[in-house]
Amino acid sequence: MNQITLKKQLSTDVFLMKVRAPLIAEERKAGQFIMLQVDDDFGERIPLTIADASEKDGTITLIFQVVGKTTSDLAALSEGEAIPSVVGPLGKPTHIEKFGTVVCVGGGIGVAPLHPIAQALKKAGNHVITIIGARTKNLLILEDEMRAIADEFIVCTDDGSYGRKALVTVPLKEVCEKNPKPAMAIAIGPPVMMKFCAETTRPYKVFTQVSLNTIMVDGTGMCGGCRVNVGDKVKFVCVDGPEFDGHLVDFDNMISRLSSYKDIETKKHRCKLEGCK
Amino acid sequence: MNHKTETELHNQAVKDLAEVLPKIAQYKAKDRLKIPAQDMPCQDPVVRRSNLNEVALGYTLEQARLEAMRCIQCKNKPCIAGCPVEIDIPRFVQHVAEGDIQKAIDAIKEFSLLPAICGRVCPQETQCQLTCTTGKSLKDIDKAVAIGRLERFVADWERTQGTIKAPLVKTETGRKVAVVGSGPAGLVVAADVRREGHKVVLFEAFHKTGGVMRYGIPEFRLPNEIVDQEIDTLKKMGVEIKTNFVVGRTRKLTDLLDKDGFDAVFVGTGAGLPMFMGIEGENLIGVFSANEYLTRANLMRAFDRDNADTPMYYSKYVAVLGGGNVAMDAARMAKRLGAKEVYVVYRRTEVEMPARKEEVAHAKEEGIHFYFLQNAKRILGDDKGRVRAMECLRYELGEPDSSGRRRPVVIEGSEFTLDVDTVIVAIGNGSNPLIGQTTPNLNVNKWGNIIVDKETQKTNINRIYAGGDIVLGAATVILAMGEGRRAAAAINKLLAGAG
Ligand SMILES: Cc1cc2nc3c(=O)[nH]c(=O)nc-3n(C[C@H](O)[C@H](O)[C@H](O)COP(=O)(O)OP(=O)(O)OC[C@H]3O[C@@H](n4cnc5c(N)ncnc54)[C@H](O)[C@@H]3O)c2cc1C
Ligand code: FES
Repeated sequence: MNQITLKKQLSTDVFLMKVRAPLIAEERKAGQFIMLQVDDDFGERIPLTIADASEKDGTITLIFQVVGKTTSDLAALSEGEAIPSVVGPLGKPTHIEKFGTVVCVGGGIGVAPLHPIAQALKKAGNHVITIIGARTKNLLILEDEMRAIADEFIVCTDDGSYGRKALVTVPLKEVCEKNPKPAMAIAIGPPVMMKFCAETTRPYKVFTQVSLNTIMVDGTGMCGGCRVNVGDKVKFVCVDGPEFDGHLVDFDNMISRLSSYKDIETKKHRCKLEGCK
Repeated sequence: MNHKTETELHNQAVKDLAEVLPKIAQYKAKDRLKIPAQDMPCQDPVVRRSNLNEVALGYTLEQARLEAMRCIQCKNKPCIAGCPVEIDIPRFVQHVAEGDIQKAIDAIKEFSLLPAICGRVCPQETQCQLTCTTGKSLKDIDKAVAIGRLERFVADWERTQGTIKAPLVKTETGRKVAVVGSGPAGLVVAADVRREGHKVVLFEAFHKTGGVMRYGIPEFRLPNEIVDQEIDTLKKMGVEIKTNFVVGRTRKLTDLLDKDGFDAVFVGTGAGLPMFMGIEGENLIGVFSANEYLTRANLMRAFDRDNADTPMYYSKYVAVLGGGNVAMDAARMAKRLGAKEVYVVYRRTEVEMPARKEEVAHAKEEGIHFYFLQNAKRILGDDKGRVRAMECLRYELGEPDSSGRRRPVVIEGSEFTLDVDTVIVAIGNGSNPLIGQTTPNLNVNKWGNIIVDKETQKTNINRIYAGGDIVLGAATVILAMGEGRRAAAAINKLLAGAG
């Protein structure tokens, strides 16, 4: 179980892995995630979105960026090796139906979870406008895959090294100004990007769904570590989400909570590198 | 503090036993009442504040025998009725008094499968020891026969002897039962069903088994080794264990029956969703549910900051909201993780605290402060969104409410602030939502607890049974175990009947 059947480096820090997990492959739906652990004793459990799955091969596809200890341990595993713990699929699946025109916005690594959703929306008969962006060219992932399912496709980079030199919110605004405006938007990416996508669409009253990646411990609704304010309610991302109405999410609080352990992690990371006590 | 060491307590017991033993046959009840009640040997509070080792060290044989001799073997045996699984307490205690510990453990095991655990975590003072005749005669419930400590002694004796025998398993029946959740309820069902020769697969969402006994109750109160032992016994009996498997998500509950060939399913998924106060500032950095705090420290091993990848918040001044076992565990864990001061803030008074008496006493010895008749009003943050203080209100006791307890009433204008950097909320749990969410036809009440038949633990869906916290709301290990026993009996009957 959990053998890595394929490992590919997509960009500087971004890896794709296919992992044998037949039950998850069979049950998963767009929008869901798994929790994994690279060491069952002292490892951390981290959530990763299921980017794709093949029921036939019994594999799921994970795409992750190396950002900390667990993701770098994961990236160090080779094809044929197994990930000690993989559990899922977790979270509520994306609600898919024919809405009309849907604009899908993916930023950085967020393009990975966006891909299966865009695919499902397309299959349900929607007109899919896709906007993907990254800081710079070599951080762009899944461009061909996204292009293949989009009816209209826009790619941009912050530094102009590829496609339009713009933040994704610029083309998003243009799309919202069209007549008729899109039926809805889906934005997945770094929290700040999702926040500004939601701000961009708010004046146009285009419903905007975001997929939140908060701190999680269990991923089954037991700890409350993943809680966010949505409207006047407190929601648990792992069981009530991960998708929410972006116009109601309190992004500032969420972004602040994501930094809960920043100082500890940086210190630890540096200690490991420099071998200090 | 007059902390008596293990050796001191033991030496005293050796002396006392030598005196009592030759005369015990002639002892009348009133003589037995004079035998000194035995204190539990404990780690020195000053030392234990910074380690995770078990606080209570357990009786020695001499202490156990003396304590057991305090039982006057009264006729009406109120202790048995006080025990949710009705262990024949006077019988096992008698065996301990006689020094025949093997017989004592055999007697307990007729009724309970997890004595090493129950002896440590049951709220004996509200169950078997509440009505103990010895305690009544001495007009002091603290002087009741220490049944829980004796139970623990007997179970630990068996473990250290290495004489634990896995229960006999009958010939394979070819029937198959799924047990969902590996807390006490699930473990008991697995054992009882397997004994009848049915195949059992135990599914657990986490990477480790044991439920709350693993992720919630800390090592210093219930060592993992003891939970491991129980799991080991199940494995020896041939129970198959599948961790990292979330029933409802990895596989639908009904698919286990319809597609995977299970003949019956037991759901013991426990409590879930921690409750919060719903006050301002609750989402600041540094506010945790007790579940999160304890899961990080216990299951994810973050107590061991140097080795664990899961980070643990650095806290100096900690407020814990609540008065139950969970609050005590969180408070004492915070202390062990290096907090300078820990305040337990509770809305009612000490008398109403639902925590085990022993844990409250231990917490006090460890220097935890208790603020009774107070509650949080809001949590205040600094410019980085981190907790810097908690504003509290004082309360007084008013008229009794429907439960007969005097209701705490807020004293207007009594606000004051407590400077803290961490707030741990331990005011209870809702039900685990996953099974309910993913099994649309299953009947649950408005709190999400599964509705079952009281006699059989059967849900409204045929072949699906449930028990433990998912039915009772956050309850106790022994009640979960009791429900598991009932469910297993019903499942065994169903499978026998179906031929
Ligand atoms: C910190 C703390 C201290 C406590 N102290 C005491 C005490 O001193 N004395 C006492 O008697 N009681 C105490 N309790 C309460 C006691 O632990 C519980 O009542 C008891 O564990 C309930 O048992 P259970 O079998 O119903 O569920 P749990 O022990 O909660 O176990 C349920 C298991 O099911 C798993 N699960 C959940 N959903 C799924 C799913 N969909 N698929 C697969 N697996 C799933 C969970 O991961 C968990 O391992 C305490 C509780 C806590 C949190
Ligand atoms: S991760 Fe623990 S409740 Fe969501």
